[in-house]
Amino acid sequence: MSTSTDHGRPDPEATSPAANSDGRPVSDRGDTVCVIGAGASGLTAIKNLREHGFGVDCYERETGVGGAWNWRHDRSPVYASTHLISSKPFTQFPDFPMPDSWPDYPHHGQVLSYFERYADHFDLRSHIWFGTEVIRVQPVEGDRWDVTTRSTGGYGPERTARYAAVVIANGHNWSPKLPRYEGLEQFRGEVMHASSYKDPAQLRGKRVLVVGAGNTGCDIAVEAAQQASRCWHSTRRGYWYAPKYVLGRPADQVNDTLLALRVPLRVRQWLYHWTLRLTVGDLTRFGLPKPDHRVYETHPIANSQLVYYVGHGGIGPVPDVARFHPYAVELADGREIDPEVVVFATGYLPRFEFLDASVFGDSAGAGRPTLWLNAFTPGHPTLAVAGLLQPDSGLFTLSHWQTVLFARLLRARRDRPERAAAFASRVRERAGERYSGPVKESSRHWFEVGHADYLRAVQRALTELEGK
Amino acid sequence: MSELRIMRGREWSRPVRPARREVLSAIPELEEGRPPLLFVPGFGHGAWAFAEHWLGHAASRGFPAYAVSLRGHGGSEPAPEATLRAYAHDVVQVAASLPRQAVLVGHGAGALVVAHALARYPARGAVLVAPVFGGWGLLGAALRRNPAGTLPAVFGGPLRLNRRQLFSSELPDEEARRYVGRLGRAGRRAQWALLGAPEAEPAVGAPPVLVLGSPDDRVVPASTLTRVARRYGSAPLLFPGMGHDLMVDVRWAEPIDAILDWLEKEPAAH
Repeated sequence: MSTSTDHGRPDPEATSPAANSDGRPVSDRGDTVCVIGAGASGLTAIKNLREHGFGVDCYERETGVGGAWNWRHDRSPVYASTHLISSKPFTQFPDFPMPDSWPDYPHHGQVLSYFERYADHFDLRSHIWFGTEVIRVQPVEGDRWDVTTRSTGGYGPERTARYAAVVIANGHNWSPKLPRYEGLEQFRGEVMHASSYKDPAQLRGKRVLVVGAGNTGCDIAVEAAQQASRCWHSTRRGYWYAPKYVLGRPADQVNDTLLALRVPLRVRQWLYHWTLRLTVGDLTRFGLPKPDHRVYETHPIANSQLVYYVGHGGIGPVPDVARFHPYAVELADGREIDPEVVVFATGYLPRFEFLDASVFGDSAGAGRPTLWLNAFTPGHPTLAVAGLLQPDSGLFTLSHWQTVLFARLLRARRDRPERAAAFASRVRERAGERYSGPVKESSRHWFEVGHADYLRAVQRALTELEGK
Repeated sequence: MSELRIMRGREWSRPVRPARREVLSAIPELEEGRPPLLFVPGFGHGAWAFAEHWLGHAASRGFPAYAVSLRGHGGSEPAPEATLRAYAHDVVQVAASLPRQAVLVGHGAGALVVAHALARYPARGAVLVAPVFGGWGLLGAALRRNPAGTLPAVFGGPLRLNRRQLFSSELPDEEARRYVGRLGRAGRRAQWALLGAPEAEPAVGAPPVLVLGSPDDRVVPASTLTRVARRYGSAPLLFPGMGHDLMVDVRWAEPIDAILDWLEKEPAAH
């Protein structure tokens, strides 16, 4: 298909001088699709839309690709030792494998170079406007979108361009979620969120309390065990700490052998408990609390070292924090400890500050939109969110298929409108569907999906869209 | 063709074991923005078959040209138990390591490997040269022409092709003997796959596909060329008088020039 302009900056003096509701000029970009963000999900959106014949303008607030995985970016949550927690086959884009020479669990620097090579290989950079942030996305008639941008940091004039469709891929691991604690303001020690933790040198020789047992919290606790003079690790509940290797193979690959056979959840849970008993053993012996749930009911934690360091005395497991005193922290069981540094590895919340929350059915503005397949918005057939998922494996594969589905939906809108209309009604019916077994209710699990359940749902959606 | 498959449980849980690969290349002196070509030799052949003439010729016309030896072939790591999936993995790995989106060119059974690789890598285009897609008819033809070389392969032994199958009579004896002497063998399981391989999944990214061969090929009958080409919505380009190994036959320049001309004209391949 032909697009009016494949290259070139959206130009306010463009051919059709429209004006938006505020009376400002809008340049019409025809069939072009706007992608917000050039991280993992944004890059695969550009590639797949281009592959399906669409023109793409991508806006990226930073000056490089890679989003969260680019440690130079001020919104990047990675720290020096970040490694993948899903092995290569689950992590790579399904049509651009990571090199055979890389380890099972690549380092974040390798992940960034993977995205840079992906961008160069498919010539994506010429479609990305770096150093440009999106400040407003507004629906206009005909299911089109007015996207207003300006230079990152608020310099320069605002420009508005009209697009046929929008893919939101702004990431959801950059806006820290900080729990409230009584007395935190009076605490005299250093307090940081994991997002500002970059290097173990920040902990060296200090007494450190790490709050939160996500994968980040566990990683930081392990680093503190090696660097700090003392480390406490506070968790809300007991968790299952899965090793990264089982039977000499990456644990997720072993797990998927069962998934491929469609072994029922209960049986898999039983097998998993049994495997963990053989490999990790009884955690309460180490002073860790007994998990109050079965495996697969919380986001999986893949960390072989945590239990090891607990056993070596490097990490002291402690319960939830009750309140802060100026020079001490009171725990839920009444004990008091005296850390110098407190690291909150308490996660992130998604934010879509450029979009009216009601578009998403998130009228409370809490950052939890109501979507189908975590991607499609009822009533807005030309809007998709990419990568708003917390999978039990790698994310990039899932983003890839989300954007393939969206590209094919846009193609169907042109070639087979009746199919696209049927898709839209399915979006309305099924918005809010979950793709995991029962999980503990927590904002941590808002976007939790099981990769097999989720991808089967995407496969069905694709078949329904294109099947005979 | 079968449907796009998202669930790949077996590939996730049992990824192909890496193997050291030989990649030969010829790079033009001036970067002209042309897509790189990746040549995939058929069973028994190594990257050397393309290094003889085609790599250099493609580079002289401005196309960066690479040839990979599938595992167990040429200078790559020995792999007696290699499968078709492992071969496709090798091709996708090399393609993804190239600086830009590549055109895959498969010869003989290498064309079948390319067809499978296309389902795992969005190539800019694909060329199937004298494609061996397997089947009982192919086996029958091979048994008729070369029973002694073919029969052992049915029972897992090596497939021994002779010079009458591979080259036209124009090729000087000495050269033909030299090439036949360099032939290796494919893995037993991959050989068997020729008799009952599951059909390749649809290509991702809808690349343009060119099929070419010779009506006088003694391995691939002309009817096969037509059938394969029809599958990709085109007709085969024919080079009468040439043998199966078009890239080393006397008139090797004609098919490679046709491929490069096609790439220059094909809009989707830019």
